[in-house]
This record gives sequence, C-alpha cells and structure tokens, in this order.
Amino acid sequence: MEIIMAIAAGILTMCAVYLILSKSVLRIIIGTGLLSHAAHLLVMTMGGLKTGAAPVLKDGVTQYTDPLPQALVLTAIVISFGVTAFFLVLAYRAYQELGTDNLEEMKGTDTHD
Amino acid sequence: MSLLHLAILLPLLVSLFIPLLYKKIRSVHTGWFVLLVPLTLVAYFSQFLSQTMARKTVVATMKWIPSLDINFTAYVDGLGLLFALLITGIGSLVVLYSIYYLDAKKEALHNFYVYLLLFMTAMLGIVLSDNMIVMYLFWELTSISSFLLIGYWYERERSRYGAQKSMLITVFGGLSMLGGISLLSLLSGSFSIRESLATVGTYSGDPLFTVSLVLFLLAAFTKSAQFPFHIWLPDAMEAPTPVSAYLHSATMVKAGLYLVARMSPIFAETPLWFYLVSSVGMFTLFWGSLNAVKQVDLKAILAYSTISQLGLIMSLLGLGAAALQVEILPDSLYTVATVAAVFHLINHATFKGSLFMMAGIVDHETGTRDIRKLGGLSQLMPVTFTIATIGTLSMAGVPPFNGFLSKEMFLTGVLEVSESGLFHLDTIGLLFPFVAVIGSIFTFVYSILIVYRTFLGPRQLEKLPKKPHEAPIGMLIPPLVLVSLVILIGLFPNLLSNTLIRPAAEAILPKVIANGGTIPVEIKLWHGFNLELFLTVLIISVGTVLFLTLPKWRSLYHRMPKQVSLNHQYDALLRRGERTSTAIHDTVMTGYMRSYLVYIFGFIVILILSSLYFLDAFRFDVNPLSTVHTYEVVLVLVLVGSALSITFARSRLTSIILLGVVGYTVALFFVLFRAPDLALTQLVIETVSVALFLLVFYHMPEISRKEERIKFKLGNAAISALVGLSVTLVALASLSQRSFASIAQYYIDNVADLAAGGNMVNVILVDFRGFDTLFEISVLAIAGLGIYAMINFRKTGGTDK
Repeated sequence: MEIIMAIAAGILTMCAVYLILSKSVLRIIIGTGLLSHAAHLLVMTMGGLKTGAAPVLKDGVTQYTDPLPQALVLTAIVISFGVTAFFLVLAYRAYQELGTDNLEEMKGTDTHD
Repeated sequence: MSLLHLAILLPLLVSLFIPLLYKKIRSVHTGWFVLLVPLTLVAYFSQFLSQTMARKTVVATMKWIPSLDINFTAYVDGLGLLFALLITGIGSLVVLYSIYYLDAKKEALHNFYVYLLLFMTAMLGIVLSDNMIVMYLFWELTSISSFLLIGYWYERERSRYGAQKSMLITVFGGLSMLGGISLLSLLSGSFSIRESLATVGTYSGDPLFTVSLVLFLLAAFTKSAQFPFHIWLPDAMEAPTPVSAYLHSATMVKAGLYLVARMSPIFAETPLWFYLVSSVGMFTLFWGSLNAVKQVDLKAILAYSTISQLGLIMSLLGLGAAALQVEILPDSLYTVATVAAVFHLINHATFKGSLFMMAGIVDHETGTRDIRKLGGLSQLMPVTFTIATIGTLSMAGVPPFNGFLSKEMFLTGVLEVSESGLFHLDTIGLLFPFVAVIGSIFTFVYSILIVYRTFLGPRQLEKLPKKPHEAPIGMLIPPLVLVSLVILIGLFPNLLSNTLIRPAAEAILPKVIANGGTIPVEIKLWHGFNLELFLTVLIISVGTVLFLTLPKWRSLYHRMPKQVSLNHQYDALLRRGERTSTAIHDTVMTGYMRSYLVYIFGFIVILILSSLYFLDAFRFDVNPLSTVHTYEVVLVLVLVGSALSITFARSRLTSIILLGVVGYTVALFFVLFRAPDLALTQLVIETVSVALFLLVFYHMPEISRKEERIKFKLGNAAISALVGLSVTLVALASLSQRSFASIAQYYIDNVADLAAGGNMVNVILVDFRGFDTLFEISVLAIAGLGIYAMINFRKTGGTDK
C-alpha cells in the first residue's frame, strides 16, 4: 500500500507542477490545491500506513497509528485552505483590475515605474 | 566593559546626540560640542604613556561572542597608543578647523559630525583591538565612514564617483583581510593577535601561511593607497578639506601601515614579506612623487604626495623586517628603518596635516585650488604662506625641520639594508637607494611647486572667484599648532624618542627585545659629513634644477597613453562588470513567473536527486508494508485519474469538480489510514473550498489555452514528471530506512497523564504543540485580513486609498 501511495503522491505532484507552470491563473490555483493534497498524502505515507488503531486512546489497544503525521497534516490542511482562499481572491481582484488572467500579460515588474 | 572600551566607543555614543544638538541648539556651531570628545580622549590616552614607556601593556577584555572566540579585547601597547594619540590629537585640531571651514548655516553639520565621530571610534577600534575579527569590524567601519565623508557633498557627481571608488577598493582589501584572518586563525587556533604571535613558530611553515600573508598585505596596500591601489586616494579629495586632512592623510590611510606594523612580528621573517612590503612601498614612493608634479589642483598634489609618503613609510616597515633576522645578526642592527618609519609617521601627520589645512584655507579664501590661477598670495595671506613654507620644506627634507630628520634616517635605513646582503639583496638591493633618491628629488620638486605657484610668482587676482584675504584666526590655529610641532620636533627630536617612538618600535620588533637587544632611538640633527648628507645635498640641487626647468620637461607627462593608465583600467573594469551583470540579470530575470518556477522546481529536482545519489540514500525495502485491498486500488485509480484529467480539462467547471473529486478521495484515504480527524477536517474544508472556487470562477473568464504551444507543454511536462519522480523516490527512501525511532511513542504514552485527553491528534495540536496551532491561526488571520483588504480597498485615481 505504501508503494502505491508513494507513486500516487508522485503523480499528484506531477499534475500539480504541470498546472502551476501554465499561464492561466486559474490553473495555477488549482495546481496549488492539488499540490497540497499530494503533500498531505506524502507525509502520511512516509510515516507508515495502518500500523495500528486510530490514535484515540482505548482500553485494551496497545498499537496505535503514528499520531504525529496526522497532527502535521491537520495543520497543513487548514493552512492550505487559507492560502487557496487568498489566492482565489487575489486572482479575482487582479482580473478585475487588469482584465486578464494570463500571467504572461501581467508581467511588468522590470519596466514598472 | 572597562573605561578603555568606553573611551573607544565614546565618539560613537556621542554621535547619537549630534543630530539632537544640531536641531535644538542652532546658534552654537555643532563642532564645539564635538570638539570635547577628541580633547577628552587625548587627555585619557596620554595617561598610558608612562606605562608603555616602561614596556608595559594594558589589556581589558569584554566578552562579546565567547563561543566563537570573538571578544572585544582592548590592548594598549606602544604602537596602539601612538596611533590613538595621533587619531585623537589630529582629530581635535581637525574638528576645530572644521568649525571655521564648514558654514553652520549652509552645511548639513549633523551628518558631517556623525560620520566623523563614527570614523573616530572605528579608527580607535582598529588600533586598540587585539581580536582580529573585532579589528576587521572596525576596519570596515572606517571604509564606510570614509565613503560617507567623501560623498558628503553627494550632489556632486565627482564626490559620488570618488566615494564609490574608495569604497570598492578598500572594501575589497577588507574582505581579503577577512580571508587572511580566517586562514591565520585556522593555523594558530586563535583570533587573538598576541596568541597567534606566541605560537607562530609552529605553523609558519604551512603553505597557507603565505596565502594569509598576501591577503593581509592586500588589505594594507589598499587601505594605505599603495601602487596599484592608490587610484582611490586622489578621487577621495572630493571630501571636505578637514576630512582630507584627517582621514586621507593623517589617520585612515595609515591604518594600512598600522596593519603592516602590527602583523610584522608574525609575518616579517618570511622573505616574501620583506620583498613585497619594501618594494611596493618603494615603487609607490617613486610613482606618487612622479605623478604629484603633474597635478594642477593643490589637493591633488597633496594626495599624490600622501601616496608617495605612505610608500616611504611602507618601504621602511618592510626594510625594518631585516632587523628580525636576529639569529644571524650580532646585535640590533637595522632597527633604524623601523625607528625611521615610526618617526616619519608622526612627522608626516604634522606637516601633511598642516599642508592640507593650508590648501583648505586657500580654497576657502580664494575660491579655487587650481595652481594655474593662484599666485602671489604671500602678501595677502602671510600667515598661511608661513604655514605652507614650513610644511613644504619639512616635506622636501630641508633642515632644520622634522622631515629632514626622518628623511635622513630613511636614507640611512635604505643604505644599511641594501648593503647588508640579507635576503639575497646583492643585486636588486642596489636599486633601493637609487629609487629612494629619485623619489626624494621629485618630492622636492612638488614641494617647491606648491609654495611657488600659490604664494610667489605673478599675482593673478582677476582669475580668482573671490577676493583673497587672510583666513579667520580659528582656521589658522590648527595648522599653526602643527607647524610649531614641525619646528619643535625638528630642533628637539628626542622629545619623542623615548615617549612615543621607542615603545612603538619595540612593539613592531618584539623579537629584538626578547633576544636582549635594544633599539637605539637617539635622533641627531647633525650626523657629520656622511653619505646621507651628501645624498640630501644631491636631492636638493637636482630638485632645484628640475624645478627651474619644469616648463621644458613637463610635456613628457602627456606622452603616457591614456589607455594604460590605472584609472582607465578601473573605469573599464567597472563598466564591464556592470554590463556583464546586466546581461546576466536580463537573461535570468525574465519577469515571467514561469521562469522563476522552473528555476525553483529544477533546483528542487537537482537537490533531491543528487543528494539521494551522493549520500547513497536510496533504499527500497518492501518488508513491513501494509496490506492492499481491492477497493483501495479503485480509490487510487480514481484519485490518479481525476488528477491527470484536470491537466487536460478545458472547462473551468470540470477542473473544479475534478479537484473536488481528488479532495474527497483524499478524505476517504484518511479514513482508511485510521485518521478520523483528518477525514472530518478534509471533508469540511473541501466543501468550503469547492464553494469558494465556484464563487470566484463565476467572475473569471473561461480558461483559455490557445496560446500554449506544444513545446511549452512538453517542457512543462518534463519538469513536472521529474518533480513527481523525486517525490516518489523520497517517499520510498524514507519508508525504507529509519535513522531513529519515531517520537510518536512519547505522545502515545503521555497523552492521558500529561494532557488528560484521549484523542492524540487533538492533544498534540492544542497542548503539546499548542504554539504551532497558535501560529497556524495567525496565518489564517493574516490571510483573512489580506482577503478583506483586497476586496474592500479599491485603487482610485492612481493612488491607494
């Protein structure tokens, strides 16, 4: 299962990077969302999967799944939501101001005065 | 922190209040407050004289970064004290002079005095620090304050050019000194100069020792404007004249000499040190005096003259290294060069300081420093004329002034060492007296030139921008003090012998003292008829002839092609550097987001793959894997399939739905992976996210992909495939090898006892790692604020509201 998940995380990352490299702002935002999913799966996989019961104390259970990656991923999910929301509004406002969602056309930092 | 540290830092501390004083008390020239600082320090440092005369030293240590062996160790010995007195003594005179030179109404005095006090602390720090890192720090601080002072009139293009030039050259030297310090401390195991000196015998054979030596000398040569790094000093003359008198003739440019003198005990037994220091100094002496003659600006003449005189002292310090060959020599022979170096250092500060102030007075009262416009001012400015005459005659080496004495000693030192046969000097050694005499002849010529063209000769008042008259008394006092010293030292040279010169020379040549030798410092005005006197007569007579025939041979200077001049080379180098960096910048920084992302992803891939390869980190161990069920395979296929389809999706709605599918599948995986909290959170967040996406996308245009060419797509695909591969490899590698056990067991064991909770993930988040969660919430809050700001604040009419 770990091997399968490792490959899946790799493919997810691949798709995410491909989307991030494109010109459309929308695709980039989708890419970042996908990238965070990939990262979460990666962290979970690296910790080892299904090594015990769910990490909630219960009498008679001695073997639990590692709770640490879960805590990390939980934080990461919330943060990635915040970032995605920020990106979305940024894209929306940039489109309103500039009239384009194409990154190539937004270029202008060097000649900007 | 001792009183000594406080003394070093006093100017810096006072500088904090200067802007306030300048603002609040406009009626009093700010300089008067500043003047108290160097005066106090002169009095304070004078009390150490009795101790250094008795060969005692004062050490005070203040812990700064003890873990790195970096401590602010103030160390007062003869050499350091000589410089400290020079810095504070000349400093007092210069501040007094500046009060009359800089108009309180027109000039930005608060800037000026802050820079000047900053410099004072920096310079005192250099000469009184034992720790080399601290010394380096102060060294760079002098470069910075010099930069600020040269660029004081920053609205002038030449000032900015000069400031930049001096900064580039001296900071280059400073950085090479840092390299030298690192190497030396690696060899000796200490940043302390004294501790390094104590163990020098154990590592002086190391090849890195020579590298360190060269790096230290680069620093000294750049700071002391030695050939070929001298080109910054003439351009530094754009600074206000008090600054030129102070930094660029009396103190900062002597920091290089100080460094050579201070490091002499460590390095000077290497023949390379002797050759480099003495020959570079000698050539600079010659080159500076040769170029001084062709200048037409008073300050430019003085600048080249300073270069030449610094070369003279540098060469003396180099020749003095011969005295360290005490194993071979019967007694303390050859110490005269070092004594002459110290003596001339003092003399140069007196006569050159007064000459700079004289040039400042002429500039101030006539409005020009061009000697082609000046002339015949002797009756209009009699006091200034006297100052100039005494200063230049001393510089030219005419008796009975102090310059004559040190020049005689210089000739003695050169003759002695070149005849000694040390360091295989039999052949090349004969060149030294020859170059020394030629340099002295040109020194004589430009010295006479200064006085003659300014004060004698035909009067041409119509060419002057202002009607000349004598300067105010306050401006005349500082140079008068200096020229009285010139005469006083000239007539009674032994006033300084035991108080300043001997302790300093002993600090430069500690080995002579350690071996039971002495350094004779009796300086005599009359030596009898010897070779040196004959040479002086030769210098004066040939110099006079050359001066009288100057118009005939002056045109020779224009024969030198411009392209080979060092200034031209420097400018070309600077231009080329700018062009190259612009070209690189333009290629790399395209302004396209995609380019930068490609750099980032490319770097990630290279970093991961190469570290996996070089650290031999890739392992693939299939042993403790968990089981796979059919429905899990189906879920994986759904996950991967929808992720892949997003990349091909043409409509925004499809993309969002597919992203939602990925998110919900991930939530299902969390269920399978025994992570109920994650699954719940993921479900909620995914729902909100999809809603948000739909809301925003409603306002956005349809995804257009017309302009994406196939090459663009293939390039992106290749990069993303590599990144994906790296991620998979990292996941597999980290699965298959564990350096240490997970710390998870701690949480599992303690969750009930310490936090009284049952849900481990929750307890970790809110209790064990509570601060992480706090910061997480802050990130959300910041994102929320950002979103709020973006939606509510609109740009109107070109300005943000």
